[in-house]
Amino acid sequence: MTDELRELSAAGALRRIEAGDLSPDEVFDAHADAVAGERLNAFLWRAEPGSATGGGGLGGLPIAIKDLFCTEGIETTAGSRILEGYRPPYTATAVARLLDAGARVVGKTNMDEFAMGSSNENSGYGPVLNPWDEGRVPGGSSGGSAAAVAGRLAPWAIGTDTGGSIRQPASLCGIVGLKPTYGAISRYGMVAFASSLDQCGPLTRTVTDAAILLRALVGRDPCDSTSVGIPGGVELPAREDLTGIRFGVARDFSHHAEGVEPGVAATFERSLDVIARAGGEVVDVELPHAGHGISAYYVIAPAEASANLARYDGVRFGLRAAGDGDLLTMYERTRSTGFGAEVKRRIMLGTYALSSGYYDAYYGRAQRVRTRIVEDFAGAFESCDLIVTPTSPSVAFELGAKSADPLSMYLSDYFTVPMSLAGIPAISIPAGLAEPAGGGPQLPVGLQIAAPAFAESELLDAAHALEQAIEFDAAPPRGAGDG
Amino acid sequence: MASGGGYEPVIGLEIHVQLATRTKMFCGCELSFGDEPNVHTCPICLGHPGTLPVTNEQAIRFALEIALALGCEIAPRSIFHRKNYFYPDLPKGYQVSQYDVPLASGGRLGDVRIHRVHLEEDAAKLSHVGESGRIHGSGASVVDFNRGGTPLVEIVTEPDLRDPADARAWLQVLRTTIKQIGASDVNMEQGSLRCDANVSLRPAGTEELGTKTELKNMNSFRFLERGIEAEISRQAGLLGAGDAVAQDTLHFDPRTGSLTSLRSKEYAHDYRYFPEPDLVPVAPTEEMIAAARAALPELPADRRRRYESELGLSEKVATQLSSDAELAGYFERAIAAGGAEPVTVANWVTGELVARLRETGDGEVGPAGSRVDPEAIAALAGMVERKEISTGAGRQVLGVLVAEGGDPAAIVEREGLGGIEDSGELEAIVDAAIEADPAAAERVRDGNMKAIGPLVGHVMRETKGRADGGDVTRLIRERLGLG
Amino acid sequence: MIDREQVLHVARLARLELGDDEIERMASELSGILDHVERIGELDLDGVEPTSHVVALENVLRPDQPRPSLSRERALEQAPDPADGGFRVPSPQA
Repeated sequence: MTDELRELSAAGALRRIEAGDLSPDEVFDAHADAVAGERLNAFLWRAEPGSATGGGGLGGLPIAIKDLFCTEGIETTAGSRILEGYRPPYTATAVARLLDAGARVVGKTNMDEFAMGSSNENSGYGPVLNPWDEGRVPGGSSGGSAAAVAGRLAPWAIGTDTGGSIRQPASLCGIVGLKPTYGAISRYGMVAFASSLDQCGPLTRTVTDAAILLRALVGRDPCDSTSVGIPGGVELPAREDLTGIRFGVARDFSHHAEGVEPGVAATFERSLDVIARAGGEVVDVELPHAGHGISAYYVIAPAEASANLARYDGVRFGLRAAGDGDLLTMYERTRSTGFGAEVKRRIMLGTYALSSGYYDAYYGRAQRVRTRIVEDFAGAFESCDLIVTPTSPSVAFELGAKSADPLSMYLSDYFTVPMSLAGIPAISIPAGLAEPAGGGPQLPVGLQIAAPAFAESELLDAAHALEQAIEFDAAPPRGAGDG
Repeated sequence: MASGGGYEPVIGLEIHVQLATRTKMFCGCELSFGDEPNVHTCPICLGHPGTLPVTNEQAIRFALEIALALGCEIAPRSIFHRKNYFYPDLPKGYQVSQYDVPLASGGRLGDVRIHRVHLEEDAAKLSHVGESGRIHGSGASVVDFNRGGTPLVEIVTEPDLRDPADARAWLQVLRTTIKQIGASDVNMEQGSLRCDANVSLRPAGTEELGTKTELKNMNSFRFLERGIEAEISRQAGLLGAGDAVAQDTLHFDPRTGSLTSLRSKEYAHDYRYFPEPDLVPVAPTEEMIAAARAALPELPADRRRRYESELGLSEKVATQLSSDAELAGYFERAIAAGGAEPVTVANWVTGELVARLRETGDGEVGPAGSRVDPEAIAALAGMVERKEISTGAGRQVLGVLVAEGGDPAAIVEREGLGGIEDSGELEAIVDAAIEADPAAAERVRDGNMKAIGPLVGHVMRETKGRADGGDVTRLIRERLGLG
Repeated sequence: MIDREQVLHVARLARLELGDDEIERMASELSGILDHVERIGELDLDGVEPTSHVVALENVLRPDQPRPSLSRERALEQAPDPADGGFRVPSPQA
């Protein structure tokens, strides 16, 4: 019975709760129990099974929250040892909105440290395992949230996406992940990685569930100067086919991707067939500068991060290295002990890119490339309504497979980074299964769909129709990840 | 001022003004004045993870008013930048400031051009505590974040000043201007007005600037002047000996008159400025600028012009009155009280009262802080003007007012200083004087006018200064038959 | 590309302490990344304005109204070394 409860989509559970068929307590407890015993290392904090509040659009359903969101009084680590034991004095706006709408936090999920990573192997608290194959990564940085939803530990979750950190793990875990338009959801209370790129977003098993969550999350927040909400709000999807929608494919952009697995490429081509059969029109578009997205992103994001992470200095909260050093020693030892290797690498990269003599060549140029990418998308959307790409060049890879070369890890974000730089919304939906390049059982492949800024309703509508047409019904082994 | 060796001092000022808003620059904490430490903080001004700044609209207003008062061009669009460095009083590890696109630039106040005006947030306060807990040198420091986040306006001048006394006087005018706007308390001792000076020397008559040093944080007008003087001497000494002036940051100790280098052995600051992604640009609208302009009170230069043209004051007196906010206020209340010509009142205020206050050792206290009410000085001026009492008697009354305050008419009555109403009484005293000193009388009759002095003196003593000197002289001549 | 000296300099700016082995590895990793990043050097970006904000907002301001501050206890709750009502740290030199 509890297993069945955990198979329900959020929308499905809400319908049954509304019908009086199910109580929020039952749903919550079923998931809380699973979370308590899970072995994917997806959770860093777990709620006690207890009474749910119910009511509101989100019905008291359990939700998993990436540990990047501040939750007052509840440990918030951002996946880092430098914040071990940190209890924020306030709650993130996004989380507050969910709580106000009746959601209940079942746990806080593991993540790549400070959202820096594409495999969740950079956590200070151990890697997260992919419920499809526990020898493989779930993707990152929202790996815990993705594994939780795929592993039926929570019907839905929120994560954050800076260069692909919702979409890529969604792809590797065979679920839905949405990065909204920059500014749609408040960043207040989201531990900052790269301020001009970070966005909160839903990870769910269906597009409709993503739309329901998105609606509860969006809105202008007076505490976030860069938030606008979504003018016109969010419509729940209803579309049944893709008639009249033009799907743009940028061959040049895809052509220059490195390391695209044959299975991924094949699945992508099949998706285009599905689109056509469902009445959509596939058109060629160009994104001449999107191929330089990784280069621009890996200057801009680390640069902003190097400043955002300067506050972790042992003075006011978090870790302070032991010992009687002078101030400089305290700073250096605290930060060197508290931060993992990837975080240090990006802080170094970012500091270098901003430093005297290098600003123009790196940061200055990267911001200009960004302008070009914004223009590219604007131009492309004149001849199409949505743009499609594979979400990730590969299916879930083995733990440790990309650890030797940071750059190879960064290239996992090739397809997702340009949308982040342009601030436009993009969703990943499961498109099929494919064999990894090195052979083995099939694993999920995601399809990324991007839309113009603030066109979430249209995006979700089309994604829903495509989801129906694809009929992806695979799931990780039953009980995967359960204790 | 000659510095020896034919060198000309070149001085520029960098001024920080704490704005008199109710709340901090980027959060809603109230500004504090001598409160217990850390009672005006919040997650934002403590730099907690996930927090974001939101700009205080009153700070923008005050900054616009200051910029307009200084005749600056308001930038159509200005942005905030992050200035990155590590220090315990800097919670985020960066200060939000403005860099190459400031709020305003290119103004002028008096003879000094304004380079730029911009907004930033203040750092927190660091107190140094010794191991024993008593304050003395090294060991530990304790940070109080009450001040952190206070809005600051920074004003940078062009190096147009040539003399420490002029620098002091100019800063006074700037202070008066800002005080009249109401944008700040501009109190140097309390730290709401802070001034650094950039000082260099060059051979007189040349255009090229010499190497400049920066004198930090002189916290009174006197120390500013003395500090600059000391630095000019030091540089002149170096150049005179054939040595070069090294770029440096210096602290002036007013007790010893010595200058010490503040440049630490640490790496030079590389602030790695980049645009603040959490804040959006400030683009002052026509309404905002018009409102700021309308809010400006009469500024010193305009007031000086009005005093000269409408009140008929001399340039010297008009300048003296208009360059000091408190003095101008005092003067205006005095002339509002009526009863005397503004010129007369001005002369009594600036000529007599100011001088008398300096004499009695209350040089730091101006008329506004004295016991002499503006109404009283006006009444006194009127009585002298109408010749109800002599100038000499007036000065005596002033002495009493300075010492005790009070009402001039009452004092005149009490001390019997009223003018000699009855000309018969005066004639009698004059006759007595002539009788008492026949030799002098004789000399006067013979044409030696200088000999009249003792006779006048006698009469003045007899009348306790109540008689008018001119009248007495005329009467003596009459009585001696000189016509 | 980026040598040991530069790594040490940047580490100091970022207040990171790197062990000897870390320095070498960091130099080589950063060099590899910068190699890729430097492709943007090939693009013609003359006359292109940099994008610092993707969202086209201006003048987002808040009224000058007080909001409740934290109590001192709460403010110091997470402090590693609270003392004398404040946050104690080793004294900065100079």
